[in-house]
Amino acid sequence: MREVAIVAAGMTRFGELWQLSLRDLFVEAAMEALDGAKADHLDAIYVGNMSGGQFVGQEHLAPLMADHLGMAGVAATRVESACASGGMALRQAFLDVASGASDMVLAAGVEKMNDGADVTAVLASAADQETEAYHGITFPGLYAMIARAHMEEFGTTEEDLAAVSVKNHKHGALNPKAQFGREVTTEEVMNSSMVAAPLRLLHCSPVSDGAAAVLVVPLERAKEFTDRPVRILGSGAATGSMALADRQDPAFLDAVSLSAGRAYKMAGIRPGDLNVAEVHDCFSIAEICVTEALCVVDRGKGGETVRSGYTSLGGKLPMNTSGGLKSKGHPVGATGVAQAIEIFEQLRGEAGDRQVKDAHIGLAQNMGGSGASSVVHIFQRV
Amino acid sequence: MPSPRYWREIPSRYRLEASRCCGCGKVCYPARRVCPACGASDWKATRLSHHAKVVTSTVIHVPPTEFLNEAPYAMAIVETPEGARLMIQIVDCDPDEVKPGTEVNLEFRLIRKEGLSGILCYGHKGVPVG
Repeated sequence: MREVAIVAAGMTRFGELWQLSLRDLFVEAAMEALDGAKADHLDAIYVGNMSGGQFVGQEHLAPLMADHLGMAGVAATRVESACASGGMALRQAFLDVASGASDMVLAAGVEKMNDGADVTAVLASAADQETEAYHGITFPGLYAMIARAHMEEFGTTEEDLAAVSVKNHKHGALNPKAQFGREVTTEEVMNSSMVAAPLRLLHCSPVSDGAAAVLVVPLERAKEFTDRPVRILGSGAATGSMALADRQDPAFLDAVSLSAGRAYKMAGIRPGDLNVAEVHDCFSIAEICVTEALCVVDRGKGGETVRSGYTSLGGKLPMNTSGGLKSKGHPVGATGVAQAIEIFEQLRGEAGDRQVKDAHIGLAQNMGGSGASSVVHIFQRV
Repeated sequence: MPSPRYWREIPSRYRLEASRCCGCGKVCYPARRVCPACGASDWKATRLSHHAKVVTSTVIHVPPTEFLNEAPYAMAIVETPEGARLMIQIVDCDPDEVKPGTEVNLEFRLIRKEGLSGILCYGHKGVPVG
């Protein structure tokens, strides 16, 4: 396999972007990435998108986006893995370049969630329709069950959950592209309205519009486009049981653990080598479980790790310096690519007030559903 | 949703029909074609007991549109004595009282009404014992 690098990135602001359509969002992010590298052609495009069909009634996104980018003719494929669609699109781009089949590949993600669809119902379609959604479960509900199982098994508290939201909002307040770029207090989190007990509104990522795109090329050609490329050192993907009821331990994210193990192995690094990470905090409990599944800390220690400041800016391994899904926003198909962009900027020293000093190696973890799919990428400063 | 789907799902939804793997004995609900534990594909149909124990739970305060009138309601993953796990609503109780270990009976109930014509969809809900 060839070595692969990201050489440019583009991203819209995340939020309720009433004036921008699904295609506007994609084109804005894609153009920024192409302009950044002064690239005038592409060999392939991968578009991560969970549900254009249900959110805005638009399927067949790949040719639509290629066309509106002025690139009709280019091979384009939509990639779907629920909320992990963006990360999986990046993985397809990585594999395409690594295999030698393509040189210039755009990995993008886009979602338009604020156009009137019943968002709770659309998101619930990423759960098992026959055994879960049928009975009235929601995504906050699934993660609430994971939270209660974690609390029961390890004594994790509501204060631990709140600490994730407080930390990520603190980081997001430094990110001009964040949907909710403001800090929140523990009291605000603990007093926000109940969504699915024990998860409250401020434990949940918001409903967002947005797009993100990166240009992926062979490492040997990277210097044609930038003097600071970021190498993709490893990529791992995995699946787990679709239904939460089918997992032996509902508080453990098997697919995250598997995907991380594969990415670490390909990269030839250990969790202790990481300097910065973006993880899938769709709900506060998710970041706690992911921290454990990534082997950053021992099982059951995720909650106290957040409270200790270990994963805050200035800590040993800052996590979700972008604000995470919680504060930055979570346009589901775009999220995985946006995570990669935060790491790209951190490793290039472009993260401004959020910069992690001397960051050499970073990780991005993106998952779908209640954790039935997960994809992990590891990046290195060149 | 087309109506054949409801007919197809009658065994699991109405009769709590599961399948027992002839290779390793694992019980899957609903029935599957391939055993997730051992990979075998020979099965024997079996019916689940109508009682179970809560593994983990939540109380839904913000529901999907079809369940708007029912919120707040408890939902739980429950395990039957056969080892099958189901995601169900827990009803006829204070939703905040549902905890890991709570024992429930599985009762046949209306679950939801679907589509413009309001097709009645049935299944099982848990009712705490005692």
